[in-house]
Amino acid sequence: MKNHIRDLRVAKGMTQEDLAEVIGVSRQTINAIEKEKFDPSLPTAFKMAQLFELPIEQIFLFEA
Amino acid sequence: MKIERNKRVKRLAVWTWTWVATLAIATFGPQFIWDNHTFLTVFAIIVNLANGILMILANRDLFNHFDELEKKVHLESMAITLGLTVVVGLTFSLLDQKDLIPFDAEIGILVGFIGICYMTTLFINMRRFK
Repeated sequence: MKNHIRDLRVAKGMTQEDLAEVIGVSRQTINAIEKEKFDPSLPTAFKMAQLFELPIEQIFLFEA
Repeated sequence: MKIERNKRVKRLAVWTWTWVATLAIATFGPQFIWDNHTFLTVFAIIVNLANGILMILANRDLFNHFDELEKKVHLESMAITLGLTVVVGLTFSLLDQKDLIPFDAEIGILVGFIGICYMTTLFINMRRFK
């Protein structure tokens, strides 16, 4: 699944460590999500959507 | 999150080392410390068992504190380790029963195998998501 997490994070002036702290996951998990090696759970995706004030489908792009 | 994690890791480390220590006491105590006194031997074994249960609970506590990626990595490593332990362990036991290996299939060898297998699969899985 593709995503815009990195761009959104940088636009907000946050480091991976900052984002990890706010979302409640490890920095490695944020890194894996940004590199699209790991798809986050629904609660994590919702937390990110709330933080970036965007609908989930604008952050994550599902490719069947 | 990090402070909470470190607290749990430390707790697990304490219970693991005390478990190893009580196991050593229960193993060598009857012979070297209390001259095969049955009550003391049973007591040492019960203390070791209780310590082991607390170690497992501390490990579960740490596991429940992992985030979703960490849980996935550890679960995959555990699945591979469990599978390999059953398959390799039974093969090892069969080789011993048929006298095809020059030594006994000791449980210690299997425990060592579990540790090496888990660390290796954990290392590989962690690299996959880097």
